[in-house]
Amino acid sequence: MTPEMNTGGLAISELEIEVLLLSLKVAGWAVLCSLPLGIATAWLLSRHRFPGRFLLDSIVHLPLVIPPVAVGYILLVLLGRHGLFGSWLYDVFGLTLVFTWQGAALAAAVMAFPLMVRAVRLSLDAVDQKIEAAARTLGASPLRVFVTITLPLMTPGILAGTVLAFARSLGEFGATITFASNIAGETRTLPLALHTLLQSPGTEDAAMRIVVISIVLALLALLLSELLARRVARRLTGEIK
Amino acid sequence: MSRLTVDISSRIGDLEIEARFESDVGGVTALHGRSGAGKTSIVSMIAGLTKPDRGRITLGDLVLFDSGQNINLPPEARRVGYVFQEDRLFPHLSVQGNLLYGANRATRSDTVLNFGDIVEMLGISHLLDRQPHRLSGGEKQRVAIGRALLSGPEVLLMDEPLANLDIQRRSEILPFIEKLRDATGIPVLYVSHATEEIIRLADTVVMIADGKTVATGPVEEVMSRLDLRPLTGRYEAGAVLNVSIAGHNNNDGLSELGFDGGVLLVPQVDAPVGYDLRVRIRARDVSIALTPPTGISILNVFPGRVVEMAETGTAQMDVLIDIARANSPAPCPLWARVTRRSARELKLAPGLHVHALIKAVAIDRHSLGQ
Repeated sequence: MTPEMNTGGLAISELEIEVLLLSLKVAGWAVLCSLPLGIATAWLLSRHRFPGRFLLDSIVHLPLVIPPVAVGYILLVLLGRHGLFGSWLYDVFGLTLVFTWQGAALAAAVMAFPLMVRAVRLSLDAVDQKIEAAARTLGASPLRVFVTITLPLMTPGILAGTVLAFARSLGEFGATITFASNIAGETRTLPLALHTLLQSPGTEDAAMRIVVISIVLALLALLLSELLARRVARRLTGEIK
Repeated sequence: MSRLTVDISSRIGDLEIEARFESDVGGVTALHGRSGAGKTSIVSMIAGLTKPDRGRITLGDLVLFDSGQNINLPPEARRVGYVFQEDRLFPHLSVQGNLLYGANRATRSDTVLNFGDIVEMLGISHLLDRQPHRLSGGEKQRVAIGRALLSGPEVLLMDEPLANLDIQRRSEILPFIEKLRDATGIPVLYVSHATEEIIRLADTVVMIADGKTVATGPVEEVMSRLDLRPLTGRYEAGAVLNVSIAGHNNNDGLSELGFDGGVLLVPQVDAPVGYDLRVRIRARDVSIALTPPTGISILNVFPGRVVEMAETGTAQMDVLIDIARANSPAPCPLWARVTRRSARELKLAPGLHVHALIKAVAIDRHSLGQ
């Protein structure tokens, strides 16, 4: 780790800001891109019975139960430069995921996906389908019902899923370091920076500063989601939690 | 105005639905029958929320469902307003948002229903900015009715809209439904197992038992039929008479109701002379005397003739008496419930001339349909 990282003062250093912003970027994109897919998956699993449903359910939950390093390795095999889809991505779009921040975002998204789907699905299960049927009798197409009734009623679950996935993405380590590696300024997010610091002696203070930044970030995310959730709950039920 | 015709069959669990009826063009048609008879299933198929196995449903010229032609319009294309047993308001929208949700479908230029009129009629103009959770049960159901009306339906389905309300709320909503019937002209299919609601609101009754339509006809005819007695309910069983207000006696607080059998005295009714009403006289409130009784407190005594005697399988039996006056063109049936022992001792038999005694107090405001 470079010596500037360890300023010792209260002011946040330029390198810490770089790590922080990169972490936010990676986690933000991870959540943003997986949210539509997460809602679609939750919809499929909650509302439809189809062959392969159990398989889909299992695959979605897999990152929750297998070692993150294994997930990273699977991503590498599939999406590496010479991987099954990776070579195609490179040939057709000139897109490389390994060793890039986009790759880090993908790894974080895959790891956080089950948490997001679970939260969204719970809220979808709680939406009364009788209310959706009422909307149909009032002349609304299924798409309009989804956008104007189902989605707003799912908001608490979507919020919860987003925050959970965001927090999980911020903390992602194993899959990221395996798939996207640990490159300063490109894929070195907060946990990877912490890991790097712990590899060299005499960096305990700098490491502790990263830990504190991580905690503050997580608390801010929780606070924000709580505020939003209260607002939504007030609109839906008039109760203040 | 559109007529709804239904001819469907479907199997739902253990229940075999076989429904065949037509709605009135401009009035209220009641789907009547016990809980679990399949009324809600039938209405749900009309709305397109469930699909019958076979049959055909049309609304005016529009074919909503036809298994033969493979037509099954989705609910949003059916122009059917649906007021559910529970209000089913959208919790995240204000009352106004709820009311206007279906309004973009209401493109009929000939519609007599505009937002202001409906809000006014239902008495919900002061609630427009509220969220549904801040409404009482009665207010919620009024908003649900308004929401269905504002979607410009060709027919309004009302599935036990009062069932989840307490008695006080019910009497709060009933006048609104009456107003709706009289002011909008939209045909209503009204589902209920409650006899008093049916008699108050409906013109035509479709009786449902075990998923099948067992009788269809004018309310006074169907509700007075003996063979349907087990379905209409023994306790509530009785005759329905069409009457008009002949006069008021303010000193005694009584009103005179003229009908084919003469004049019926009831506690004062708040309606002008000449006003047409429907009254229900329960069999258990009618007794029989062979000679005109004297020295009794009962005001309403009508001479008549026994038409039919029906066993009920208990110690009591129901006696059908025609109390129409000699010059009356139509019979005027009245049911009396007497013990079997009385029937034997009075030697009651068809053709016998008797006097029907109706307790004036038996005709309360509750059974006064408009």
